[in-house]
Amino acid sequence: MTEVGVWAGFCAVVRRDLMLAFRRPQELANPLVFFVMAVSLFPLGVSPEKSFLAPAAAGVVWVASLLATLLSLDALFRADHEDGSLEQLTLAPQPLFILVLAKVFAHWLTTGLPLLLLSPVLALMLHVDEGLLGVLMLSLLVGAPVLSLIGAIGAALTVGLRVGGVLISLLVLPLYIPVLIFGTGMVQSAAAGMDYTSTLAMLGAILALSLTLAPFAAAAALKISVSN
Amino acid sequence: MWEAFKQWFHRWGSPKWFYERSLVWSFWLGWGALILLPVGIVWGLAFAPQDYQQGNSFRIIYLHVPAAILAQSCYMIMAVAGFVSLVWRMKMADVVLKCAAPIGASFCFLALFTGAVWGKPTWGTWWEWDARLTAMLILLFLYFGIIALEAAIEDKITAGRAAAVLSLVGVVNIPIIKYSVEWWRTLHQPATFKLTEKPDMPVEMWAPLLVMVIGVYCFFGYSLFLRSRNEIIERERRTLWVRELLAKEGKV
Repeated sequence: MTEVGVWAGFCAVVRRDLMLAFRRPQELANPLVFFVMAVSLFPLGVSPEKSFLAPAAAGVVWVASLLATLLSLDALFRADHEDGSLEQLTLAPQPLFILVLAKVFAHWLTTGLPLLLLSPVLALMLHVDEGLLGVLMLSLLVGAPVLSLIGAIGAALTVGLRVGGVLISLLVLPLYIPVLIFGTGMVQSAAAGMDYTSTLAMLGAILALSLTLAPFAAAAALKISVSN
Repeated sequence: MWEAFKQWFHRWGSPKWFYERSLVWSFWLGWGALILLPVGIVWGLAFAPQDYQQGNSFRIIYLHVPAAILAQSCYMIMAVAGFVSLVWRMKMADVVLKCAAPIGASFCFLALFTGAVWGKPTWGTWWEWDARLTAMLILLFLYFGIIALEAAIEDKITAGRAAAVLSLVGVVNIPIIKYSVEWWRTLHQPATFKLTEKPDMPVEMWAPLLVMVIGVYCFFGYSLFLRSRNEIIERERRTLWVRELLAKEGKV
């Protein structure tokens, strides 16, 4: 048997997770459909007027993508836990946090990125000014990976449990609030014609922090869940 | 010196040692709370001078500030316990983490509630989405998350470690609460008092507050020890020393 390097291990996990995701395209589409439906509830539930929708749109898109991500998180480790491959991952020669990072990256590719690409369409339906679409997408580009990273901690903590789904929301949502505040704050300051680079920098700082710390926390949580 | 410290530290890992000693500690802390809290509350509510701006409504700080301080310290204690539990696998750290969570959640709720009661006459609103208030609300949610996670996992050791990880992750919120009034210029006023600076209130006003803060800490210690003793007996019920103890008290 030949030694497999850290980078090769990372790529192997990403490739495997992407392949598994594309073998079941229906599951891939579910969060996106949920995203579209959740967003369309606001005009129907609150008001279809442009005067309400345009200023609220960034928040609506952000909240909906946050909930859609939350919905997809339970699947992040569960199938692997059930068929035993999660135990194999913890035993792999590569450090576990690298493999967790790979799984999170694959999760972002299959959930965060499609949400990001879909967001301008929905934003237009919410009467967002066309000039702001780029800012909204930029905020999601920097912010959405944080959602996957922090969510991985919650998914890892609850992977062995039957009640996983609801519990993840309870654990992860409070930690999502700062990202939500800065993500929507960025679009709002752009809408007000202000400089949004400081908010973007804050969002980038949160991304850097969670990129460096969350994989360790999730790996520790996985080891605890698997050892049970 | 170092050896003595190590011995002292390791003793904390023994539930039996903790159980035997904590009776005395909880006794003194309980008396401390029983004396300090009524003294502080009566002094603060009835005898402290009125505020020149807010009149009598400022008096809620005698409940609000101690509760808010305690809610944050309690989380810090849980995070430290979580660290100890993950690094040294100490059983007692799990017990403390689990027992502190509901106490912290209660004080966090009390701080939010008293803040709302004070906010209505002063700011004209029960709730404002201000940075300090939102961060405290997140703290309450974090407490709920830890309690729920602890309750969902049946195996006590796994539950303890999972809660330890979560409490360490959530600790990023504490500096946000602490500095929220300085980073964002919002409605909530800056810290009422600090350990490092001379308070800008007259002594008749902050002395009862200090009494209340110490009293609340005493109460926290008292209830934490009481809860921990309970938890120890439950966790260690199969060990010899607990069975002997129960037999001696005629409870089996």
